[in-house]
This record gives sequence, structure tokens and C-alpha cells, in this order.
Amino acid sequence: MVPWASDAAASTVMHERFIAGLVALLLCGLTGTALAADRQVLHKEQSLYHTIMIVSEPSRVCMQFSVRDGSRNQSCINPRHPKRMVFGYTRMMMAALLLAPEPQAVLVAGLGGGTLPTALAELVSDVRIDVVEIDQAVVDAAREFFDFKETERMRVHIRDARVFAKRALQRGRQYDLIILDAYSGDYIPEHLMTAEFLEEVRGLLTPDGVVAANTFATSRLYGYESATYRSVFGEFFNFKLRTSNNRVILATNGPLPTQAELHANARAWRKALAPYDVPIASYPRRLSTKLDWDLSKRPLTDQYSPANLLQRSR
Amino acid sequence: MRPRFLLINALAFCGGFSIMSLELLGGRILAPWFGSSIYVWGSIITVFMLSLSVGYLLGGWLSLHSPSLAKFGCIFLIAAAILVPVVYLAEPVMTWVFSKVEDPRYGSLAASLALFVAPTVVLGAISPYSVRLLVRRKEEAGKVAGTLYFVSTLGSALGTLATSFYFVLWFEMDTIVGVLAGTLLALGALGVGCRRLDRDA
Repeated sequence: MVPWASDAAASTVMHERFIAGLVALLLCGLTGTALAADRQVLHKEQSLYHTIMIVSEPSRVCMQFSVRDGSRNQSCINPRHPKRMVFGYTRMMMAALLLAPEPQAVLVAGLGGGTLPTALAELVSDVRIDVVEIDQAVVDAAREFFDFKETERMRVHIRDARVFAKRALQRGRQYDLIILDAYSGDYIPEHLMTAEFLEEVRGLLTPDGVVAANTFATSRLYGYESATYRSVFGEFFNFKLRTSNNRVILATNGPLPTQAELHANARAWRKALAPYDVPIASYPRRLSTKLDWDLSKRPLTDQYSPANLLQRSR
Repeated sequence: MRPRFLLINALAFCGGFSIMSLELLGGRILAPWFGSSIYVWGSIITVFMLSLSVGYLLGGWLSLHSPSLAKFGCIFLIAAAILVPVVYLAEPVMTWVFSKVEDPRYGSLAASLALFVAPTVVLGAISPYSVRLLVRRKEEAGKVAGTLYFVSTLGSALGTLATSFYFVLWFEMDTIVGVLAGTLLALGALGVGCRRLDRDA
């Protein structure tokens, strides 16, 4: 996927990039038609924030946010095995359970198909989950096509995540686990990638609360993002797999757990996570605290947060 | 007459530039409290349009009272002076509004009103006042107004582009607002300093 292809028109200033963008667009168009035979669009909707498409493929149904066919999948489900997590990153996000093994209060920012909150509700008895999603149309699609259910214990709030966080802070809410999954890749909500936002998130955590953020391993923002998390949480776990373009950041309000604790939690969760295809036992040794980014990058703040521009700059 | 014409046009250009630069920054100033949804932009654009409309009335009215380059320069000095508090007041004002108003639509509207009305009203006074300074015969009034609209709207276009493409990538927001205020201050001083040009007009 070429992240800037959709915005080729915006970078007309850089002539070569524009040409490259056109080529990429063309290629995307070609692959789109090539795939069309076994793909079927079940639902297409232009909401306030995205074009939402539900696409049926031979062994999965996916939610996509974009105009072009063949664009980035947000969420997929295998209808014959609805528990199985189709995406590597969704499985990787379950590593949060290594740090917060029995979360009682969870906040999820960004719903998509609802795979993560649904799995958590199934796995953790008595968990209460607040989902904050900006787009009502995403919630409707998740209900209709991904069997997402709102219950007493699973509440959905149609809000900007930043506004929700500030209000929750004002009301003194606390969460054991906060999942940040609000970046779709094509466009980043810049006010959700600043040190001030992460400070608010940290303020919402219980003393041993955990943040799990789904971000990109290959993006040009990698260094900035890492510096921002580091500035707020200090040392954190970076979780990457060779098979995935995603990286999951796992940060804690208190000190990070030891390898022994991680392994103990992995053993406790191994059986329960098997139906979800999550190889949790192999995760602890992949969690790294190495400073593997360009340390000259500055943290992003409310004063300086041009995430979308940085992602496209050289 | 030529330097006076150029000076007034240059000031009108920078007035237009500042208005749109501030408007774009407005969206980023509000986002941490009220999000970046469409209604936040709705609030900002409403407040800017409303303030400009009042500013036009104000500028027109001011131009009735012995207009001069010196007074024109003072409009810029006042705009600069009002812009600086935006930097310092933004956070307490938005925190207060956030604690009082639950709905982010009305919250963003209230915060925009509190932060952006004053500077935008003053900046809005620039256009009609500059028309008055350059018009000498009623036959040329339309042409003078057209040229000034062209120049100030071109400034607005460039202010929008420069701010959204480059300034936010190069500088912190407070720095950008500070530089805008500094530029307005310098231009105002230039207007006041060149007041002798009025004698040849």
C-alpha cells in the first residue's frame, strides 16, 4: 500500500512525487479490477468522515475506509470462524493481556469492526468496556456485518476520542486498559498523536493501568511517535513481528512488568486465546525496550503536530 | 502617490494573509478541547465571517472621520496588540468553556467567539478603510475597491496555503501567531511612520 497515493493531488508541488502518485493510482486501479471477480461489495456508504465499504471475499468479510476498491482494510472477519482474528495486528494487540491480565474497565478508541472489544468482552468476565468512535456509520456497519453488540457492559460513545478523554478525566474515570486504534493510515487525527493527549490518556489509567496503541512500523512517523510515547510514559514495550507492517506500543502507568511476569500471564491466557488464533506464548520475548528509532526526532505536541505532513515529507 | 498606493496595498495584502492564517490555526487551537469534527470548522468559519462582517462596518464608519495613513497604521497596531493575548488566553478560556459546555458544537462556538472575534473584527476594518484612502474620484471607486479586494484576497489565499502546507510543519503554533502579530506591528509602525505620504495624496 502506498500511503500517499490517495493524496497525490495534494502534493502537486513535488513534481516527481505527483507522477509517482499517478502511477501508484493506476496500479491500484489495475489490481482492483483484477480482484473484482471474487470480491463483492455488500455495502457502501459515504459518512461524514469516510467512505465505508463492506466487502465480501472468499473466506472473509472486510470493512474498508476509502474510495478505491482494493484499499486498506480496517477490519476483517471470517464468517465460518468468527472468533479467529484475521489480522496480525489484532492478534498483536491482544498482547495487552500480558501487561493487564484481568482488566475490569477498558477504553477502546476507534471501533472498526469491533473485533478487539468483542473479543475482550468474551474473554474477560465482568469487564466493562467504553468504546469511543467518532463515526455513527462505523458503529452501524459493525453491528450489521460484524455482529458487534452493545450491552450494559459494552457502551459506545459517538465522540471525538480527545473530547471523550478530557471529559472522562474531568469526571475522574479510571481504566485498567486503554486501547488506541484510531489511526486509519491514510489520514491521522493529529490531535490524537500528541504528548498532551497521551498525558490525558495516562491520567485516565489506574496506577498499574496499560495503554496498547496500534501504529505503523514502517511509517516516517516512527521516530516522532516513539519520542512522544517515551516523553510521556518513559520506557515502553515495542512489539513488532516480521510478518506485519504494524507495531504495537505497550506502555504502563507504573513500571513495566518483568519477563517472568509476562511469561506467567502468557501461560494463563494461552488456552483461552487459542480459538482466536493468538499465539500469545510467543509474544513475551518479542516485546522490546530497545531505542530503535532516530533519537533526534522531537515529541509531537499540541503546539507542533503536523503528523500528516511529516508522514509525507522526505 | 505611487509609494502610498504600494504601501496601502501591501498592508491590505498582509491583513488578508493574517486573517486566513489565524483562521486555519484556529482549527488546531480548538482541536485538543473540541476535536476536529466538521462542526468545529463550522464554528470557526461562522465566527470569522461574523467578525469580518462587523469589521467591515467598523472600517467603513472609521473612514468617515478624517481618514489618514497614520490612523490606518493604528488599526494594524491594535490588531497586533489583540492577537498576542490569543496565545496566552487560549488555554484558560478553552478549559473554562469545556467545563461549562457539554456539547462540543456549542463549546467550540463559544470558544471561537471568545478567542477570535476581537482580532478578526479589527482585521476586517482594514479593507473598507484602505478603499477610502485610495479613492479620490467616485468614477474610480469601483476600480480601486476591485484592486484592493484582489490584493487582500490574494493575501488570504497565500496565508491559507503557507500556513497549512509549511508553517505548521516548520514552527510551533504560538510562534506562528507571534510572527503574525509582529508583522502586523511592524506594518502598523510603517504606516504611522510614512504618514507624510498623505500630504502628496
